[in-house]
Amino acid sequence: MFTAGAESLLQQAREIQAEELRKFCSRVSKLLREEDLGPDAIDCLRRLFLIVSATKYNRRLDKTCVDLLQATLCLPACPEPLQVLCAAILREMSPSDSVTLSCDHTHNTRQLSLVASILLAQGDRREEVRTVAQHVLRALESRQPEGPSLRHLLPVMSKVMGLSPGALQEDQTTLLSKRLTDWLRYASVQQGLPHSGGFFSTSRARQPGPITEVDGAVATDFFTVLSTGHHFTEDQWLNVQAFSMLRAWLLHSGPEGPGAPDADDKSELEGSTLSVISATSTTGRLLPPRERLREVAFEYCQRLIEQSTRRALRKGDSDLQKACLVEAVLVLDVLCRQDPSFLYRTLSCLKALHGRLSGDPACVRVLLPLARFFLTHGEAAAVDSEAVYQHLFTRVPAELFHSPMLAFEFVQFCRDNLHLFGGNLSILTLSFPNLFKFLAWNSPALTAEFVALLPALVDASTAVEMLHALLDLPCLTAALDLQLRSWPAASERPLWDTSLRNPSCLEAFRDPQLQGLVQHLLRSKASGTTQRLAPLHQLLQPMASCARVAQCAEAVPTLLHAFFSAVTQVASGALTNQLVLLLLERSDSLYRVPQFEARVHRVLSAQFLALCKLKPSLVVELARDLLEFLGSVNDVHGRASMVTSVVWAIGEYLSVTYDRRCTVEQINKFFEALEALLFEVTQSRPSAALPQCPPQVVTVLMTTLTKLASRSQDLIPRVSLLLSKMRTLAQSPGASSPHGEEGTEAIRTRATELLNLLKMPSVAQFVLTPSPEVCSPRYHRDVNTALPLALRTVSRLVEKEAGLLPG
Amino acid sequence: MVHAFLIHTLRAPHAEDTGLCRVLYSCVFGAEKSPDDPRPHGAERDRLLRKEQILAVARQVESMCRLQLQASGRPPMDLQPQSSDEPVPLHEAPRGAFRLAAGDPFQEPRTVVWLGVLSLGFALVLDAHDNLLLAEGTLRLLARLLVDHLRLLAPGTNLLLRADRIEGILTRFLPHGQLLFLNDQFVQGLEKEFSAAWPR
Repeated sequence: MFTAGAESLLQQAREIQAEELRKFCSRVSKLLREEDLGPDAIDCLRRLFLIVSATKYNRRLDKTCVDLLQATLCLPACPEPLQVLCAAILREMSPSDSVTLSCDHTHNTRQLSLVASILLAQGDRREEVRTVAQHVLRALESRQPEGPSLRHLLPVMSKVMGLSPGALQEDQTTLLSKRLTDWLRYASVQQGLPHSGGFFSTSRARQPGPITEVDGAVATDFFTVLSTGHHFTEDQWLNVQAFSMLRAWLLHSGPEGPGAPDADDKSELEGSTLSVISATSTTGRLLPPRERLREVAFEYCQRLIEQSTRRALRKGDSDLQKACLVEAVLVLDVLCRQDPSFLYRTLSCLKALHGRLSGDPACVRVLLPLARFFLTHGEAAAVDSEAVYQHLFTRVPAELFHSPMLAFEFVQFCRDNLHLFGGNLSILTLSFPNLFKFLAWNSPALTAEFVALLPALVDASTAVEMLHALLDLPCLTAALDLQLRSWPAASERPLWDTSLRNPSCLEAFRDPQLQGLVQHLLRSKASGTTQRLAPLHQLLQPMASCARVAQCAEAVPTLLHAFFSAVTQVASGALTNQLVLLLLERSDSLYRVPQFEARVHRVLSAQFLALCKLKPSLVVELARDLLEFLGSVNDVHGRASMVTSVVWAIGEYLSVTYDRRCTVEQINKFFEALEALLFEVTQSRPSAALPQCPPQVVTVLMTTLTKLASRSQDLIPRVSLLLSKMRTLAQSPGASSPHGEEGTEAIRTRATELLNLLKMPSVAQFVLTPSPEVCSPRYHRDVNTALPLALRTVSRLVEKEAGLLPG
Repeated sequence: MVHAFLIHTLRAPHAEDTGLCRVLYSCVFGAEKSPDDPRPHGAERDRLLRKEQILAVARQVESMCRLQLQASGRPPMDLQPQSSDEPVPLHEAPRGAFRLAAGDPFQEPRTVVWLGVLSLGFALVLDAHDNLLLAEGTLRLLARLLVDHLRLLAPGTNLLLRADRIEGILTRFLPHGQLLFLNDQFVQGLEKEFSAAWPR
């Protein structure tokens, strides 16, 4: 709990001055020199730890103090709290050049472990990792398998391997493999004797009895992590640790080394060995150490799978069973990759496991590593992967989207195993509606993951449907919340937004008339059709203020950007046209979450321009739809960015240079539509319901009209008239209020410039419709500034000219 | 394997932005390989980087936790306990996981698993392919042990000056960052050992 007192304590520790620290260090040194290290010493060390760890900047501790800390840590007999504090302080200081510890000074394995933790924190500048590895190995080798306290050392080995795989030599690896094999397979099956330190006792006065399984029955086979008892022997501890580090060890000491990708030729090898290998296991003792370890690992995993069928008496054990299942599957995967002869035996076992777990929602997270196993090895064994995916992609997301850990793991599964789907990627791409449920519910955690995953999900056949789905994502969030309220309660704590009790739309949500739309929104597979969800937007309006819906809405612009960069890679001309039409249509039909519309409009208008740039001819191809769009704009203010983009695109791309099919008739039709729009936005009186449209819309309309006129010169007189009217309007006394000073000024200036330009039609054509050869070496990449610059220049020239001419 | 374990403050979702996210305790197991850095004070720079990486994780966990609480509509005071007698319902505490891309802020891609209890955030920074079920279970176990043995429910206690207990718990239940498959009886055995060395 973080109270004000704690905050001030932290503050003091961070702000302690050098002088005060020096005094404190000398006090600590004095206390540590005493024979009797009592509670004062511990108290001081606690404070010293806080001082060192509270700041990210270095704390200079006196050399004597540091030396004493090191010496105290290595005392033959020292109470554990003191040892641990000394080690913690030295570790917190690291990396540091004043740490001069060495493994030689330690007296027992616990000290060795603590010293190792400090040395491993030095950043391996002086090969500390290798030194520690050698020391620990020596300690592991020198003692008998039942010697005391070896369990302090195995985790160090595991860490060393993780930090620096090359720290062990071949023969050392082999030796450790042998020891691990013994601990995994031959741990005692009798319970340990009670002892305060938990050490192995040689007294045989009382036989404590055999170990038990998690359901209380007497153990039927060798000891594993799922075996229980009241007390444990040392080798049983080592069994637990050995299994905990087994997977990393197998990967490290495997033939391909750590992190090697699955080779393509493995499957051939797998296929050929299957017919040769029999179902019985090989005779153990004759195998070399590594192969022996693999065999033992295989047996261990099989035993764990069997043990997980038992009903655990304690909740903690039940959770552990699931974690063990996951680990067993992962280890079996590693084994099969390293030695394909395991495949035959493993497949039957795992297929049975999959069958058992499919129906159990509590075990759903185990299905993911299972699916990965079948994906990796399925080809070799002709496993029916269809059934595996069917359940995984169809039912799991639809029912369990609300679990944050499952959502994360599921998406990671998709991301990490893309290369394994191979030709079956359609399973993934067609399941995007279900995957989006994870995203809609857990958007803060999963947005970055989906941005990375989208390129794989985007497919030309589903792109249009996916874009609709992305635009409706917040709506999906709201619908999922209502769906959860309708389901029987899955857990004690409600999963939906509890700050919103009994939303009014819950009843309407169940209305049979809307069920078609609701089912479409909540579908699990891409349906190939699109439906207009506007009635649902309205229905779900009360949910738009939910925090979860707002979070999802915030994520949508990022996802849209990712979608468009992916789709432009695969889009044909026809698809581009479809997407553009979608943008235009949906810009008016979005779920009304605060700020959502504005943000989405920005993205859509930017993407519209990007698509036009990729395929300029779409302006001509979609002429009719664009005209319709212009005619149907009621609320220009609400869609200002879209209107601006569309109008600008028309001005830019509606010309013969971009598409030979552009006719004068088309130009004239567009001219009329734009003229009408311009009148509408300038003549209508602003009111509270329809705020004045932004000046950018007016200027872009004027510019586009002029551009069109420069291409169809009969229109020049009309546009000149229009422009002078606009100029007059902007100059009139009451004009400034609707657009603001700057806006009116901008309109007036632009109108003047355009009028000046039109006095020289051929120049106008050159400036307003430059041919592509002229466009390419443009010095201003931002097209919004290039044209005004040109206009201003020409305008000034014309005015100067006009000044020189008589009359 | 676990790269780091940290405990930090979690401010209530709707509170005014007073103060910063503070890391109350952190333990980095081993160290990322330091790049060959001939400049002086390389060691100090490494330590600074390590501290800042931890702080970056803490901030991200805090923001994830805050967003999750907001999204589920829980009241901001939900992180405070009802009374000191009630066991803290860890199975319903806000929790989650997210991935950190390579370079941001750690050299390797890593996964963070987090848990929010009593206005404290507990987080494990894992390697990218660790067993998440086991990590989650371990984190819950550590949180429970720390709440119990540090008496975090009692008013007025804090963990700033109790690092020795935290270290004692970590050396047993997460030695050198090794996630252990501990069944209930093993946990009890280790707890007894711990209580013997650290009497209440």
